[in-house]
Amino acid sequence: MKERLKQILNSYHNQREALLPCLHLIQKEEGGLSEEIALFLAKELNLPPVEVYSVASFYSMFTVKQQKAKYIIRVCVSLPCYLKGSDKILEVLHKELGINSGEVSADKKFFIEEVSCLGACGKAPVMLINETLYDNLTPEKVREIISQLKDENSTEEYSQTGL
Amino acid sequence: MKDFVSLTINGQKVKVLKGTTLFEAAKQVNINIPHLCFHEGLSLYGACRICVVEIEGRARLEPSCTTLAEEGMVVRTNTWRVRRARRMIVELLLANHPEDCFTCERNQSCELRELAYDLGVRELRFKKGRKYHYPLDLSSPAVIRDPNKCIQCSRCIRVCLEIQGVGAIDFVNRGGRTQVLTFFNKGLNNVECSNCGQCILACPTGALREKREVDEVWKAISDPKKFTIVQTAPAVRAAIGEEFGLPPGTLVTGKMVSALRRLGFDRVFDTQFSADLTIVEEAHELIERIEGKGILPMITSCSPGWIKYIEHFFPQCLEHLSTCKSPQQMFGALAKTYYAQKIDIPPEDMYVVSIMPCTAKKFEARREEMKASGFRDVDAVLTTREAARMIKEAGIDFVNLEDEDFDEPLGISTGAGVIFGATGGVMEAALRTAYELLTKKELKEIEFKQVRGMQGIKKAEVLINGLKLKVAVAHGLSNARILLEEVKEGRSPYHFIEIMACPGGCLGGGGQPLPTNLKVREARANALYREDRNKGIRKSHQNPALIMLYKEFLGKPLSDKAHHLLHTSYVSRGLGN
Ligand code: SF4
Ligand code: SF4
Ligand code: FES
Ligand code: FES
Repeated sequence: MKERLKQILNSYHNQREALLPCLHLIQKEEGGLSEEIALFLAKELNLPPVEVYSVASFYSMFTVKQQKAKYIIRVCVSLPCYLKGSDKILEVLHKELGINSGEVSADKKFFIEEVSCLGACGKAPVMLINETLYDNLTPEKVREIISQLKDENSTEEYSQTGL
Repeated sequence: MKDFVSLTINGQKVKVLKGTTLFEAAKQVNINIPHLCFHEGLSLYGACRICVVEIEGRARLEPSCTTLAEEGMVVRTNTWRVRRARRMIVELLLANHPEDCFTCERNQSCELRELAYDLGVRELRFKKGRKYHYPLDLSSPAVIRDPNKCIQCSRCIRVCLEIQGVGAIDFVNRGGRTQVLTFFNKGLNNVECSNCGQCILACPTGALREKREVDEVWKAISDPKKFTIVQTAPAVRAAIGEEFGLPPGTLVTGKMVSALRRLGFDRVFDTQFSADLTIVEEAHELIERIEGKGILPMITSCSPGWIKYIEHFFPQCLEHLSTCKSPQQMFGALAKTYYAQKIDIPPEDMYVVSIMPCTAKKFEARREEMKASGFRDVDAVLTTREAARMIKEAGIDFVNLEDEDFDEPLGISTGAGVIFGATGGVMEAALRTAYELLTKKELKEIEFKQVRGMQGIKKAEVLINGLKLKVAVAHGLSNARILLEEVKEGRSPYHFIEIMACPGGCLGGGGQPLPTNLKVREARANALYREDRNKGIRKSHQNPALIMLYKEFLGKPLSDKAHHLLHTSYVSRGLGN
């Protein structure tokens, strides 16, 4: 990974502009930014480490590998989704999973995060579970999706997301 | 005169240099525009919009802190529209703010509370605002962050990056979930934070504050088994009066001593005593390095924020640091050995408190290396602000106290110890001593004005015995970085470098009264130089208590005993942890 990042860094002469292309690659290949890679980028780009973390956390589409959970549920709470009832969606999620936003379920399977606009306002309210967008949500729909995810049994470990 | 522009502010004609902001222009006609994200010495940010004004011909209200004055502009800073907008901004900030001003550490120094009051907010209109319940960052022994009180002005972020060159904190996440956090939210103690506390001085609210140790100290004072000793750093006497309404730059040494005695400390001593000791040890170390071809430049080691900074950012340069402990730690080590023996009290029954202008001292006192007597050199560290609060809590009428003197012998000091509290002061004090040690002649011109003042980096050359001694002084860690890059690359021309983490030196430390700005810093520096002039003895090596200490206990400077008690070593830390 570091070798491929170095190529990108070189083509930008190790200027800070290289950060976003690097983050894209990391997202695609590793599913999110780890502490180690963030530190590597900070040193290469001569940026404070926290700045790399800051940039990665700004974009909902980048994940920061911090909390371990298989499914990262991102619920949009920006205005259009809010008007279409994102608070109800969250309520259902909190109840079904027994956790609040920002928390991981005891089985490390679910993590709920409230995020800003996901760019799908036309189909509000929306949520993103890992890479899949679920739109035109209703409380019933959400219950169905969650019960499906709860049922399937799998042991793979995922580690991702911001705070 | 094309470098000037003329404009009208609230009907008054103003002429300002091109490039002046409306905010600054208004100041010239005695108008203070309220501000939150604007902060002296930092880059402009333009985010809070509290500073908006009306400009004729423009539909929108414009932020005065980022809008430049233009020829012929007609500006109004106090219209109904402006007032309503400002009030609304404060109301919205309050909607998200915890309503616990009563118990907030920053109750007396909160700019948000003051603004709400000044701008006439008399009701919390938006009751359904979302209150946050984020966990506090309690990792650091020095600085505490409470994200729930953060209004995201970014002043802490900018001071940390621009003035201190550290960059320990930044905005993380986006929109309503934005927080100021450390790298991977590891906590201030687990990243490259220097503990300098400059972010506390910059923060307008209670989101940043020192780790309180007041109650531990109260407990020790009221414990009959404990023999409590307090030491006060030079910069405290030039600032603590501000907490009691005295103007910046008022020297209150005598009142401070009486107040501390009234709090119940068994002995009131002076860190200036051990500052003199630091100078003597450090001057001998410098001479040894110069004569024995040791590693040069030698760099001072008395500022614990600076020490943590070099350990993170320039670990390859650690050998340049003087091995001397800071005066705070030297004092503690001696109190629990030399003084303990003298008065026949077992060191385990002693409790050493220091009052410091500094938050990083809290971290320093907890370092593993600082246990020379077998016990922690220093048990508790209070900032100037905390000490003032104890004095208030005890109901002591500080301003009307009679002056009293420090106890002896660890309260005896010279003028050289006093100026330790100002940038350039350690250098000046060291030069006074090194000169006489090397030449064996009396130094007549003892004031080295080239190393005084608020310029970020100061340089001087002093001729001693045919040797052109080159010295440099930096304060504020981003200035330190400039000198350190040279050291790292092996092209530093200096013999001796003084570095203090905080702008202005200790007198501008993160534990000092609020506000601490350039004007206040200058006033405090003047007070210290005044105190130096008033001292009968102004050279550290002539301190009679020190001469006695060497005779009775340490032997001579850099002796084995001195090395064991008064010198230390450093840790290589690196980035991101
Ligand atoms: S204490 Fe100093 S180094 Fe640490 S976050 Fe605050 S300003 Fe930065
Ligand atoms: S912690 Fe204080 S200085 Fe930093 S952004 Fe928040 S309110 Fe501003
Ligand atoms: S507001 Fe929810 S997707 Fe844009
Ligand atoms: S002070 Fe001008 S926008 Fe904040």
